[in-house]
Amino acid sequence: MFSIPVFLQAFEPLIWAARYTLLISGLGIALGLVIGTLICAARLSPYAALRGFAAVWVSFLRGVPLLVQLLVFYYTLPVIGIDVPAIVAAVVTVGICASAYISEIWRGAIAALPKGQAEAAAAIGMAPHHIWGRVILPQAVTMSLPALINELILLVKASSLVSVVGILEITRASQAQAATTFRPLEVYIAAACIYLAINLCLSALGRYLEHRTAI
Amino acid sequence: MDFGILQQYGPMLLRGFGNTVLCWALGTIFAMALGLLIALVQRYAARWVRWIIQAYIEIIRGTPFLVQLFVLYYGGPLIGLRLDAVPAGLLGLTIYGSPYFAEIFRSGFRAVPVGQIEAARAIGMAELTIVRRILLPLGLVSALPALVNFSIILTKETVILSIITVPELMYQVQRMSTETFRYLEANLVLALFFWALVETISRLGRRLERRITRHLLTERT
Repeated sequence: MFSIPVFLQAFEPLIWAARYTLLISGLGIALGLVIGTLICAARLSPYAALRGFAAVWVSFLRGVPLLVQLLVFYYTLPVIGIDVPAIVAAVVTVGICASAYISEIWRGAIAALPKGQAEAAAAIGMAPHHIWGRVILPQAVTMSLPALINELILLVKASSLVSVVGILEITRASQAQAATTFRPLEVYIAAACIYLAINLCLSALGRYLEHRTAI
Repeated sequence: MDFGILQQYGPMLLRGFGNTVLCWALGTIFAMALGLLIALVQRYAARWVRWIIQAYIEIIRGTPFLVQLFVLYYGGPLIGLRLDAVPAGLLGLTIYGSPYFAEIFRSGFRAVPVGQIEAARAIGMAELTIVRRILLPLGLVSALPALVNFSIILTKETVILSIITVPELMYQVQRMSTETFRYLEANLVLALFFWALVETISRLGRRLERRITRHLLTERT
């Protein structure tokens, strides 16, 4: 039967492990933003080679399951002579995977801006870098904030997969806890509650931003 | 690099692929059916039922698939729910996918013009007939692109079933690589394989979409 004391006891180690979940998803989205912006720039560039590279990047990373990406990355690094801790490999994989989705979010936001905005800016004689920096990007970034929060929620959930390369985040910690207490039901439900709490906070933040930035 | 081992392990991998396709197809169909049911109930049921369903949707969408599988597969026996890996995986996919499909159907139903339903009521159609003749045909067509899209996302989720020992493709590849120590080749091939699979089905999906919606949106490119 479901035992409430076991359930409550499971929270302490899991909340402790939640640091890693937050760290991996937080750094993952930061890295994803940097690479995703570059990929989006490549995708919109006038050079066919760059556009092609970006298209393949996005298609590959969105077509391959994250779990497979994690293992490929995890096993490739030692072969090419790079020796990094598992957590670094995990953050980089999550970030690279997120970059594909984030570049599409940027691209969608830029495409959704009315063409008249850029044309009007050009008509009053703004230089291209000003058109981008002062007209297109500020609006595109504001518009895509809710989508980025959504991506962060997806990353929090996806970070459960890095447990397979041995990082002690919520899922891995709950596996260890379940193995020592022999009460997997209570422990895994506790883990689910922590994920739910994190994601409900994030989605509330997303709704707030959506409300604030509604154009 | 040595890709020769793939030949030796071919049959095992093929069986794994068969299981992947089976889990994906059945899981998608069940999840879609449950999602449709949820969307319909949510449209017509009393308020407290809608609250319960909304809570279910939030809980499933707010937790990782892997943790849901662990609750089901390892936690299930404690409350008398003993399942083998494959049924547990299928049930897991169904539960995981249903709220996403429900939301897709819900927005599909919202896209049906209210005038159509009012007109049907005005000529005295029964509520059930309206669902069958007006709401479903129109709602499903507008939900189609999102349905195809989420079904493709589910193909990628099937690899997570390997963690609870469902013998699908990923599981067989892991077994092969622990026997041969060829982790890199095995995972690389798996990645390329999934890439090709997802690209192929998304192309097929887009074609299907265009075929079904061709009479609707003429301005679509």
